Amino acid sequence: MNDILVMLSFGPDGWGDQIAAGVYITVTLALASLPLGLATGLVLALAKKSAEPSLRAWADVYTTIFRGLPELLTLFLVYYGGQILIQEVLSVFGVTNFEVSAFFAGMIALSLVFSSYASEAFLSAFRGISQGQYEGAHALGLSKLQTLRLVILPQLIRLSLPALGNLWLILLKETSLVSIIGLNDIIRYSNMAARTTKEPFLFFSIACAIYLVLALISSVGISRLEKWTKRGEAPR
Amino acid sequence: MTNSVTNTALPDTAEPTNQKPEPPKKGWTFGRVVGNFLVTLWIIAGLGILYFLVVRNNVTINFNVAEGFPWVDLSADPKFLQRYGMKLLEGFWVTLQVVGVSVLLGALLSVPIAAMRMSNVKAFSVIAYAYVYFFRGTPMLAQVFLIYYGAGSFMHELRDMGLWSFFRDAWNCAIFAFTLNTAAYQAEIMRGSIQNMPKGQWEAASALGLPRWLTFWKIILPQALIVSLRPYGNEIILMIKGSAIVSIITILDLMGETRRAFSRTYDFQAYVWAAIMYLVMVETLRRIWNQLEARLTRHLQR
Repeated sequence: MNDILVMLSFGPDGWGDQIAAGVYITVTLALASLPLGLATGLVLALAKKSAEPSLRAWADVYTTIFRGLPELLTLFLVYYGGQILIQEVLSVFGVTNFEVSAFFAGMIALSLVFSSYASEAFLSAFRGISQGQYEGAHALGLSKLQTLRLVILPQLIRLSLPALGNLWLILLKETSLVSIIGLNDIIRYSNMAARTTKEPFLFFSIACAIYLVLALISSVGISRLEKWTKRGEAPR
Repeated sequence: MTNSVTNTALPDTAEPTNQKPEPPKKGWTFGRVVGNFLVTLWIIAGLGILYFLVVRNNVTINFNVAEGFPWVDLSADPKFLQRYGMKLLEGFWVTLQVVGVSVLLGALLSVPIAAMRMSNVKAFSVIAYAYVYFFRGTPMLAQVFLIYYGAGSFMHELRDMGLWSFFRDAWNCAIFAFTLNTAAYQAEIMRGSIQNMPKGQWEAASALGLPRWLTFWKIILPQALIVSLRPYGNEIILMIKGSAIVSIITILDLMGETRRAFSRTYDFQAYVWAAIMYLVMVETLRRIWNQLEARLTRHLQR
């Protein structure tokens, strides 16, 4: 029992500080991927509900690709493919020795996957907003952009939040894949600790427990956000 | 984590609108310019990948109009495909096996879990809830590591029970982890679709004098299965995609063969072929599933 406490302590003998650093990386990666994924997802949803066939085709191809590929493969495609592509481009300018950071590749790959799922969440939320809302905004003399910003978006957030909350929880779990391309997240530090201390079950259980705690905190946060978006509704 | 989607005001179907969709505007609107530009980018990317594959496989095309039919002389020297093509196809088959076996075993395991989750006995439902919460709340990668590497912590105990040879094998561990994982998701699908059946169905059956087990078997379950068809399809697709991580514990599935080929040749086309194969797999399944759903719900269509 004492051995376990030593192994988990914050200090030269324990893995506590490393695992804490891993938690920090996991959370920052998920948070960094979120805005890009949300913004792209919204653009995709707008493209999918547009009357213009070429915009719809673009968005459909995007979601077909990034929802169909395994996340791990998307990560490798971005990490290795991006590396090769950027090197080719930079070698024209005489720059060599450029490396795509694992964090950046992870962020891009996770946003690509997140945005293609988020677009579906936004799209079904758009369907929940009645035509009268657009007509009412038009009657008030709001421009198209104003309508979107002041009338549609607030309702869109409320309607899409449950689905987006689930996607956030999935995103949080998917960050674990970056450990494979060498980013020091929870899983990678647990792996190192497991190999060094020969206590794999202990450390992977702790990793799982940390993910559960992160999910729990997220669910609390999401339900608060949901309450906040519904503050305008009359209590029933 | 909790099924928050079900208890919100998000309507399942679009409101019926009597308006006809606006006829598309003529001329070059802003949206059309952007859309065409973006589609062009896809086409360029696609052609770029095609060009990349052609160059890497040393495909040469000679036009010999003078020599008569067939006019075009195609030759290729696909060194990569000759060496690794079959391997990738074998990996493809392994991926299908991993998914097939674990989805079927998971379906069997999901029945008792769903039953426990819906049980009135508090202890049962708490255990089932904890099980589902654990497997849905932690990354699959962590679960696979927990079982594959974590089994090493109990080597002596497992050896005494005669289970060590089972857990030493990466394939068994992968199937075991995936089965437990998909069982949790499938149990939730089953529970959701059964519990979301309108109460009136039970009441009507009871008014007709049907016993509860018959009501469940003949009325609730068939309808619930139709509702759950789509989530089941999504779960299989998620499993196909998720199965890529078995390559991390040394199993040579499609991803594993791809990683091996890439690490030996540094030829990026390995990943391009893998991407194509995964997309074909997922799209085929999606189309089959749509057909199946259309067929099974044809009595509901107007």
